[in-house]
Amino acid sequence: MSDQTPPFDPAKVAPLLLQSGHVGWLELKYRDSGDDWVELELPWREDLIGDAERPILASGPIISMMDMAAGMAIWTRNGGFSSIATLDLRVDYQRPARERSAVVGHVECYKLTKSAAFVRGVAHDGDPADPVAHIAGIFMSLLGAPRNV
Amino acid sequence: MSERTLTPYANSLGIIFEGEEDGAPVLALDFDNMVEGRPGHLHGGAISGLLETAGYELLRTTLMNSGRVRQLKPINITMQFLAGGKQRRTYAKGRITKLGRRNANIAVEAWQDDRDRPIATAIMNILMAEIDQ
Repeated sequence: MSDQTPPFDPAKVAPLLLQSGHVGWLELKYRDSGDDWVELELPWREDLIGDAERPILASGPIISMMDMAAGMAIWTRNGGFSSIATLDLRVDYQRPARERSAVVGHVECYKLTKSAAFVRGVAHDGDPADPVAHIAGIFMSLLGAPRNV
Repeated sequence: MSERTLTPYANSLGIIFEGEEDGAPVLALDFDNMVEGRPGHLHGGAISGLLETAGYELLRTTLMNSGRVRQLKPINITMQFLAGGKQRRTYAKGRITKLGRRNANIAVEAWQDDRDRPIATAIMNILMAEIDQ
């Protein structure tokens, strides 16, 4: 795309992207990526429990992981980093994650236009064929908008 | 007041009870490094966590007040992000659009300075399963 920006390599930039802020607090890990997809992992943690009765991960951190994986999938498909913001995100829950289990998030950017990026993905706890949740979302490009506004 | 307990996740994230309006709990989340997404802004996932927690607390409170004992299970959530979350306190409050026998439909709004200009909204469908006793 742009001559100046080096291509976005999710494996290379993941340590930097995932080290601080909200995703750093969640200790998200990079797993794998392809031309238009990125896979992250949310490790099991006692203080992220979302259920009064059972030790299972809350949905909030899973949404955070899917949102981050979506952003990285968009930059991967785009071939470079760009300023984007989540416009709409839908999460359909198929079942709770297994007790004390990490959750993997696989998100693909299936369409990219000048102003919008369309993503879909699956969260699972070991078997991609038996997902915990499906997500679909739309991100908007913030290109041209002033920073810090 | 004392019976109010949030999930370990909500407590870790820093979600607190701000108050109550029309019988609906108002939750709040302060800006902090651990909820930061792109520099200087709230992460969409943290906003989602606040929205979802507010929806569950509203339904839990409503069921408790009417003496119904149910196990709540998420069906889905759709979130709209309307404006970037700035470095200040964010509030969230839900409204039950429909309370059925099996499931509830809840609309939640999150706002910062001006509650007439929400930064994010969510629609949640929640299954209310009978608990075997």
